[in-house]
Amino acid sequence: MGFTLKGFLKSFPFLKIALPLIIIVLWAVLSTLINNPFILPDIASVLEVLLHPVSDIQGSGSLLGNALISLGRVILGFSVACLIAIPLGIVMGRSERVHDFFDSAVQMFRPIPPLAWVPLALVWFRIGLTAMVFIIAIGAFFPVLLNTLDGVKSIKKTWVEAAVTLGAREGQVLSKVVLPGALPTIWTGLRVGFGIAWMCVVAAEMMPGTNSGIGYLIINSWYWSQVDVIIAGIIVIGIIGIGVDFLFKLVERKKFMWRELDR
Amino acid sequence: MKLEINHVSKVFLQRNEVSPALLDISTVVLDEEFLCILGPSGCGKTTLLRMIAGLEPPTEGSITIDDEPVSGPGRKMAMIFQDYSLYPWRTVIENIAFGLEVQDVNRETRMKVAGSYLDLIGLREFGDNYPYELSGGMRQRVAVARALAIDPSVLLMDEPFGALDAQTRNMLQIEILKIWEKTRKTILFVTHSVDEAVFLADRIMVLTSRPGKIKEIVAIDLPRPRDRTSPDFAKIRRYVLSLIDEHAIVQ
Repeated sequence: MGFTLKGFLKSFPFLKIALPLIIIVLWAVLSTLINNPFILPDIASVLEVLLHPVSDIQGSGSLLGNALISLGRVILGFSVACLIAIPLGIVMGRSERVHDFFDSAVQMFRPIPPLAWVPLALVWFRIGLTAMVFIIAIGAFFPVLLNTLDGVKSIKKTWVEAAVTLGAREGQVLSKVVLPGALPTIWTGLRVGFGIAWMCVVAAEMMPGTNSGIGYLIINSWYWSQVDVIIAGIIVIGIIGIGVDFLFKLVERKKFMWRELDR
Repeated sequence: MKLEINHVSKVFLQRNEVSPALLDISTVVLDEEFLCILGPSGCGKTTLLRMIAGLEPPTEGSITIDDEPVSGPGRKMAMIFQDYSLYPWRTVIENIAFGLEVQDVNRETRMKVAGSYLDLIGLREFGDNYPYELSGGMRQRVAVARALAIDPSVLLMDEPFGALDAQTRNMLQIEILKIWEKTRKTILFVTHSVDEAVFLADRIMVLTSRPGKIKEIVAIDLPRPRDRTSPDFAKIRRYVLSLIDEHAIVQ
């Protein structure tokens, strides 16, 4: 089968790109009608910002530079969250008593939005990296913890029993059965957790006194009424979010296929 | 190998009520014997097997292997579960090698040993496949190989063929007998199928419904391979069936 126009038209995801196209067209129409770059700049001026990702913006650093700073912060905060949440989730999943000890506290803190911690973070850590890492870590912590817990709890009982009768010690049961068995679910937690962490970093960077990061760039552009930079920043945030999510999903498809197939 | 079950009882606590599951089970399992534990569902036959495996303690009585009490899972016995419980993230050969891996046998040796058991179950060419790429019957053969690879004295099989279709089931029954003859393991085989028990066993321990007591231990002295359609086979099957049915009527 060679290339046919009909085949191409059939396989082309019209439905998936329809809404984004409509949004772009609407944007173009509205920006022409409004004709005020301080409310809605035209597509070209936003593209102009996006196409020069390394040039300095109003002395606040470049689009790419600030995005990388944010990414660095989020990786830091996310790692801190994982280092605590994954081991805690595993022991909570393995021991009823540990679970009971931590559960009520977890349930109490879980519904608090990460941003509600901002003032406390400022009081405790002042403005700076620590405060941001704190906010990000809180955001990522609960999805990672709860998915780890869920993954460990949903391990087949006979997986563990088979290991034990085959002579596995407790540590080996953990590393060779519980962890790999729960990994697909933990991975889902990491994916969700990273998404939330990414939202948190942008918000954390809007805290007063911050002077770098994509969140800072956006809020600073608001002071300078550079709406094109605001929109470009938002687009960059979206692209990085999708990109990271895609990487997580890619690993999921490659490594954890067995979860869907082992039925 | 000497496996003794002495006056073993098991009582469960359910919603603060004591519920006896097994009452006063005693027997001596002979070396290289194929013993089937047969009974209606809920009679505690799986519980008995789990206690022998050391996965659950008996409430009363004791179980000893080679004169040592069973206090937890040990390497003299390996269990095979109805749901195969293979590790889906490991290939077939890595599954078989699992028991050796946790005993810190080096990779080369354990792959060699696992390979030989892969040959034994006739799945040589599937070593690098994943369990989900195999049929149910093949998966259960892998589980058998995984258990055999640690060279236990006793194989404990908990309704291993219960989830398989009749044809596969018959095929695997023949295969497990071949493996048993080759490896000379003692096999304890839990089933609720009278036909399966009569086809496989040297002796059948028939349990009553809950709480399970030994109704009778029936010795089957038909020569192998057994012919399901022979009159002798039918006679024994009818007798064993009557042991279970009779009880059902009394209940």
